[in-house]
Amino acid sequence: MELFFQQVLNGFAVGGIYALVALGYTMVYGVLKLINFAHGDLFAIGAYLGLTLLVSCNLAGILPPLFVMPVVFLMVGLLVALIGFLLERAAYRPLRQAHRLSAVVSALGASIFFQNAVMLIYGARFYVYPDFLRPDFTVSVFGHSLSGIRLLVILASIMLMVMLSAFIHRTKTGAAIRAVAIDQDAARLMGINVDKVISLVFLIGPGLGGTAGLMVGLCYGQIDFTMGWSYGLKAFTSAILGGIGNIPGAMLGGLLLGLVESLSAAYVSMAWKDAIAFLALILILIIRPTGILGERAAEKL
Amino acid sequence: MRFASRAISSLALGALVLALPLFCDAYWLDVCVSIGLYTLLALSLNVILGQAGIFHMGHAAFFAVGAYVTAILNTQAHWPIFAVLPAAGAASAVFALAVARPIIHLRGDYLLVVTIGIVEIVRIALLNDMGGLTGGANGVFGIARPVFFGFKIVKSVHFHYLVWGMVGVSLALFHSLWNSRFGRALNCIKEDDIAAECCGVDVARYKLTAFVLGAFWAGAAGTVYAAKMTTIAPESFNFMESVIIFAVVILSGGSQLGILASSFLFIGLPELLREFSSARMLIFGLAMMMMMIWRPQGLLPPGRRRYRIPGLSGAGGEAGG
Amino acid sequence: MSLLAVEEMTKVFGGLIAVDDLAFSVEEGSIMGLIGPNGAGKTTVFNCITGNYTPERGRIFFDGLPITGFKPHRIVELGIARTFQTIRLFARLPALENVLAGRHCRMRAGLLACMFHTPAQRQEEAAALERCMEELRFVGLAQRHDEAAGNLSYGNQRLLEIARALATDPKLLILDEPAGGMNHQETDALAETIRAIRERGVTVLLVEHDMRLVMRVCEKLVVLEHGALIAQGAPDAVRGDPAVIEAYLGAENDRW
Repeated sequence: MELFFQQVLNGFAVGGIYALVALGYTMVYGVLKLINFAHGDLFAIGAYLGLTLLVSCNLAGILPPLFVMPVVFLMVGLLVALIGFLLERAAYRPLRQAHRLSAVVSALGASIFFQNAVMLIYGARFYVYPDFLRPDFTVSVFGHSLSGIRLLVILASIMLMVMLSAFIHRTKTGAAIRAVAIDQDAARLMGINVDKVISLVFLIGPGLGGTAGLMVGLCYGQIDFTMGWSYGLKAFTSAILGGIGNIPGAMLGGLLLGLVESLSAAYVSMAWKDAIAFLALILILIIRPTGILGERAAEKL
Repeated sequence: MRFASRAISSLALGALVLALPLFCDAYWLDVCVSIGLYTLLALSLNVILGQAGIFHMGHAAFFAVGAYVTAILNTQAHWPIFAVLPAAGAASAVFALAVARPIIHLRGDYLLVVTIGIVEIVRIALLNDMGGLTGGANGVFGIARPVFFGFKIVKSVHFHYLVWGMVGVSLALFHSLWNSRFGRALNCIKEDDIAAECCGVDVARYKLTAFVLGAFWAGAAGTVYAAKMTTIAPESFNFMESVIIFAVVILSGGSQLGILASSFLFIGLPELLREFSSARMLIFGLAMMMMMIWRPQGLLPPGRRRYRIPGLSGAGGEAGG
Repeated sequence: MSLLAVEEMTKVFGGLIAVDDLAFSVEEGSIMGLIGPNGAGKTTVFNCITGNYTPERGRIFFDGLPITGFKPHRIVELGIARTFQTIRLFARLPALENVLAGRHCRMRAGLLACMFHTPAQRQEEAAALERCMEELRFVGLAQRHDEAAGNLSYGNQRLLEIARALATDPKLLILDEPAGGMNHQETDALAETIRAIRERGVTVLLVEHDMRLVMRVCEKLVVLEHGALIAQGAPDAVRGDPAVIEAYLGAENDRW
């Protein structure tokens, strides 16, 4: 039972990270119908930027302890958002009218570009977040002692998701994003600046993804330049699992995938956990072809 | 006119490929072999992705099945390579049939992600030495060279002609296929699958057949790859391989000539960038973006099919209209 | 025996009953119209017959064979062809290839025959080409065979859909608002075309809003309201039926 609870917690921690990254995939898909393959690499950039700010720029030493994390999270989020914004301008906007798969190839190119840029700047070796940044404390819940930092990651990702939901559903800008996702042309006729909305989505998605990268660094300690591929793949699997374009679906898909992965790592086989995660995806899609919360698009005749 | 110019450039390209061994050293010939293999893979993916419009990003899985079946049959059962070739193709085809059958009705990006999942599952299965046959992370080594009527194919130049001979045959066969009811049915499915179904095309069956055919070719390409390398390992069949094959097809625009050009660009370019060593892939990624922005529709979209219209001149008396 | 018989057909969309216990039949060699106010469920009936939807209840017989639950392409093979209310041509393909797509189901060349262009395949291809050009000629589009379907005018696109459907050798042709987007002249020509189709021995079932066309060509009408049958019979009899007048005047002002 101890193992089970531990694994559920681990599953939710990694699932929360998948969910945060998946939100970026799903929001971009919502407005552009594009799987932004470079999103995973933006997330990796977040992890590296966090390390640079905390250690190389020594923000951890300069700022008062209480402020360090909020400030660094904010800075990483903003910087990665900026990169996302520029990415859309450079690589996707010129392909807005082209066939969807042309933009997909451009996204794949961007992903290769970012991954190798990180490798050139930081080197091919993996990096470690120093221990003093990762307080090792445990919290006792129902008599089980659980890793505090993982609980914090879960809480932080839930908080960010709630904030995003509120933004999308309660504000006028959020309504504009939803409108563009449903019908770009109609939204434009209603006076919505579609380009601005798309830019905004490319700020929010990568911003969240970047902070998720920082969380991975703080939670697991170790980062490397290929983490964009591995986490990215899982995150957009989550987005698809939940029904792509659907924001609660991305959250649900992320948590579910994290859970499947950590439970199968513990009870089936560590080496097969990724294969089991993909198998779960395939099985769910066979039963529900548009994901768990995805709309069943009625075929119009 | 366009047709003539395409025919001329095809001939010129063929002559160039035949003459390449005259100018190339062994290293560059290996690159040519590699380009030929990617061309084979891209031509077969083009049936699925380009002709039928099925978002399939997992072609490396079929390539892997072919290569591993070759390696296992050759090293364990000592089948000669050319005897394995059809078996490897068939194994890939059967594998494709089994995995594609339950997912063929998925739409667009859902299918894309599932096919990526299949590549990953295959790679992990190989890595974990499934059935004790695949050799885990080390892979399989000691694969024999093919023998063609007593002639042993060893050198790069031999493989060059073998691979490009296969490319030539594939070009001819796939061109015929394109120019037939089969090719037209795939194009209709790509344009509007519901309309295709409603005018009598068995959409699920044609999509599945496209998959199986593409997988057969990828499996056969896997045989040649295994015989050329004599050693294969799971990392040669990762998601990145699928991505490159996918990108070659999209950049090509969908015509066979486009695929040739696009293979040369994609596989040749990184070799030309060797002097940049570690920045090579950075430039490669950048080039991928720039090429798509430069030509969003691809290098060479397929031309129109040509029909010999019977008695068009006498089409005067029209009923009904 | 009637060519098509629909019995007790019911189709529900998430609680909304689109077709309610409908029964009607189409006689071989006739031109029959299915009419009713907007939203009466006419197109849904068509989609059930052609296999695009599966009705919750009821049976459909074609030529005496139960076809309920068959896939659309099977139903086309059996001899029911259709056109769409919202035109669904392969817009980027030339007109001729659109018609060839209809011919597809009558061709037999398999994968290998197509890859090797066997003599039988070539012969079949040539025959199909000839037949499809005939169909284009029949609707008056032979000269435009090479034009992309999407570049044709609205009226011509509707005619091209008819040619594509005819190329499948149907026994029954189902036309879903074929006059939509056509002007008077084009509609008159269409009426001639529909009669000519019947002369070829093809039974025609049509849904249409243009009452002039319906009254001119149909021999029998079936009137739907809220998915249920309210009247059927000869056009003149139906026109005077109080239930029909009520349904139309209460719902909208279609021209009679």
